[in-house]
Amino acid sequence: MTTPTQATTPAAARTRTPIGAPGRLENDAKGGVGTSPQRPDGALKVTGEFAYSSDLWMDNMLWGVTLRSPHPFARIRAVDIAAALATPGVVAVLTAADVPGRNVFGLELSDQPVLADDVVRYQGEAVALVAADHPEIARQAAKKIRVDYQVWEPITDARAALGHPTWNRLHDHPAEDVELSRSAAAIHPKGNLVRHLKIRKGDPDEAADVVVRGEYSVGMQDQAFLGPESGLAVPDGEGGVDLYVATQWLHVDQRQICTALGLTPDQVRLTLAGVGGAFGGREDLSMHVHGCMLALHTGKPVKMVYNREESFFGHVHRHPAEMRYEHGATRDGTLVFVNCDIYFDGGAYASSTPAVVGNGGTMGIGPYVVPNVRIDAYGVYTNNPPCGAMRGFGSVQTAFAYEAQMDLLAAELGMDPIDLRVRNAMAEGSVTPHGQTIDSPAPVAELLQRLREMPLPAEPDGADIDLRSLPGGVANSTHGEGVKRGVGYAVTYKNVAFSEGFDDYSTARVQIEAHQGNPLVVVHTAAAEVGQGLVTIEQQICRTELGVENVIVHPKNTDVGSGGSTSASRQTYMTGGAVKLACEAVRDRILTLARDRTDAPLDDAALVDGNIVTPSGAVLMSIADAIGEAVIEETREHHHRPTEEIDPETGQGFAHVQYSFSAHRAVVDVDTELGLLKVVELACVQDVGKALNADAVVGQIQGGSAQGMGLAIMEEIVVKDGKIRNPSFTDYLIPTILDTPPMPIQVLEYADPHAPYGLRGVGEAPTISSGPAVAAAIRQATGLPLTRVPIRPEHITGT
Amino acid sequence: MRITTTVNGQQRVVDDVWEGESLLYVLRERMGLPGSKNACEQGECGSCTVYLDGVTACACLVAGGQAEGREVVTVEALADADGLHPVQEAFLECGAVQCGFCTPGLLVQTHDLLARTGRPSDPEIREALAGNLCRCTGYEKILDAVRLASERMASR
Ligand code: FES
Ligand code: FES
Repeated sequence: MTTPTQATTPAAARTRTPIGAPGRLENDAKGGVGTSPQRPDGALKVTGEFAYSSDLWMDNMLWGVTLRSPHPFARIRAVDIAAALATPGVVAVLTAADVPGRNVFGLELSDQPVLADDVVRYQGEAVALVAADHPEIARQAAKKIRVDYQVWEPITDARAALGHPTWNRLHDHPAEDVELSRSAAAIHPKGNLVRHLKIRKGDPDEAADVVVRGEYSVGMQDQAFLGPESGLAVPDGEGGVDLYVATQWLHVDQRQICTALGLTPDQVRLTLAGVGGAFGGREDLSMHVHGCMLALHTGKPVKMVYNREESFFGHVHRHPAEMRYEHGATRDGTLVFVNCDIYFDGGAYASSTPAVVGNGGTMGIGPYVVPNVRIDAYGVYTNNPPCGAMRGFGSVQTAFAYEAQMDLLAAELGMDPIDLRVRNAMAEGSVTPHGQTIDSPAPVAELLQRLREMPLPAEPDGADIDLRSLPGGVANSTHGEGVKRGVGYAVTYKNVAFSEGFDDYSTARVQIEAHQGNPLVVVHTAAAEVGQGLVTIEQQICRTELGVENVIVHPKNTDVGSGGSTSASRQTYMTGGAVKLACEAVRDRILTLARDRTDAPLDDAALVDGNIVTPSGAVLMSIADAIGEAVIEETREHHHRPTEEIDPETGQGFAHVQYSFSAHRAVVDVDTELGLLKVVELACVQDVGKALNADAVVGQIQGGSAQGMGLAIMEEIVVKDGKIRNPSFTDYLIPTILDTPPMPIQVLEYADPHAPYGLRGVGEAPTISSGPAVAAAIRQATGLPLTRVPIRPEHITGT
Repeated sequence: MRITTTVNGQQRVVDDVWEGESLLYVLRERMGLPGSKNACEQGECGSCTVYLDGVTACACLVAGGQAEGREVVTVEALADADGLHPVQEAFLECGAVQCGFCTPGLLVQTHDLLARTGRPSDPEIREALAGNLCRCTGYEKILDAVRLASERMASR
């Protein structure tokens, strides 16, 4: 077999700008806030021209690959790179000793080495890097690196890692502590506890007429974005580097890269390459520092692209959770108390575990008013794969538990599950378990009532049934016999933007000039577009605020201030708010220029359709005339109102800036003999405050709903003894178009007076309430407790 | 080795192809055609779907050498001088594109479906697209787009 070599493309000029570097986005779509114009990157995406981070290309670039630990917990005794380095075509092999700065990174705690230098704490931890002129040569060479490991027994249970009791798994039995675990070895110097959040409200010993208890487990979910982790690092020849990468937050990446490389921010410049989905999985670093190290070491551009297997090891996942709940209520269905213990398995490194615990704990009983609450939520180090951000962030797990508890309670009381929820529903003015008064609309009851009124899908018609509409589909496993239909409901609330005292902000720069007699706007932020449509929203806000049509979206990079993270459903709120502020500053300057040209009063003037107009709509002059030769540019930061850290003993505090609310109704057909499922319909009602782009809002709700459904019925990274058993799309299943049902959506718009345009972040809430509704429907169809998700056929058949 | 193949109507010759390279790699890294995507490289996601001699295939599962002497059509050739193909237009208009990583494969697969079946029913659409994963949209707007494209193409 011949050895592979890298082709050179003669057309590619030798330049420092890669082919596929993002350009300015512009289109001739029109429409401001409240309309649904087409995306400015849409035409590029349907023609195949849009370049993702894995499409970047440079003449003479090298390919980088990562060698990862096969063991979840081991000491590295020695690393021998000689054979790898001697491989023809290999240019560099780097290990921990080659990390130029501090060998550490991490989102909230800097606890993870860039390359393991002493101990590996999870299977897949990066140990060494190879650069070669063909990816396959690099992969083959990586296999020749000899790492001498002293293998230790991994710690794989979060409760055991803390020396806490485990509990029995029998539903409906009094929860008893069955086994005190031996106290486990410390995985990190300060021990295995990342965070313990305590909420204490009222009297947890209050007596109730009816008490229900349950124990619940949620498996580890993967973001499964389709675009693999990838990027291209280009050395500048002066010790600095340009990194083109798919990410969620350029500036937090930059900070960590600078630490690891020992460089300053002006030496490490980041540009957002095309992002193929994110869902939380790109909030942490992947190839960033590795690619830069190889580029700086070799003096050549280095491209790294994970394959799907490596992707399962290359990003954090959703925390698996073990939860124990106790709900007490009066006979008439009024909640008296809720007590719960929640364990989030954070895996080997902290990532965003502290914030996940914060969300999971503070919102851990759902959108209900309860006078007496005890919550203990733990985030724990184990030797399992590291877990961090995924859409829904700590709230997805608890929603499965608290909504199952509400159904259990309703059954115990002989009440309708919706009536029970409505009776206890939070509303504006309600106080959360962490002592925060909800100070904007909270239409929890209305969401549920609207869902109840939505028409149900037709029952299957026995005569000419389409196999494709049945559980098992064309596998022809049933023609309807043994199939039972269930209907389930769930409701949730979720915080928007960063919480607990974090100074969360976004920056926007807006420029306007007259171009061929028409005003032309360029909007520049560093806020990551990951598919959700922020680039469209940025254009819409500029069109509305400045009364213009042509808005160009500047490539997103670190030449402008931080846009904050594309997570926590925050970008339309935060970066949208920043764009609005910058536009307002630009508008003031346009009006100042206009005052030189007119004596008309301009204090109440507006910018509409390219003109400066009076409140009655009379045109005073065109915007282009007012601007003349000037180029107006303004940059603004948008900080949301401050939040507070919560009290460490009672968990009380103004922790969250905003909440979004959603509810789902699921209809599921269950083949009770084989345990196969068909989700027939998944309906959602969500309050979005104000839909800036109604089509994009519905797209977020549908996409989020499908991900929540996936966790309920099929998606799990199976981890045994600290090792991932299914790191592929063959074995880790995400919903296909056959698995995903019709999803009717109702969008409510109850403005939040504290937010720009009254909007509420949209992206996460539907991922939280959809799965619990699906699980509830399956419980209703089968009569089984089903306390673990994903629900598998064997859980239904009991085999 | 050398591969000679017709890609999007043009004859292409590439040298130095290593036997282990997939058609997807050759298209993306050696021919400058990265429109076909690489979400799994295991035949599970459909993001790399191309026409090979008129039949849709996962380019990641085809060895580069197997394309010798054959005809490949990729997403880059769906639009023509008159503009976007109705399938591309419908995906844009219906909001069926979010991150867009699944889009090239879905477009090729939908193009094929509508060439074979004039007005597919919803179950037929779902069956035809079952090999194309999308993580962003929940598929509802993709169904809308396919329905819209089929309506428009049928009424031409
Ligand atoms: S990349 Fe070919 S099927 Fe996924
Ligand atoms: S649009 Fe992102 S995977 Fe389909």
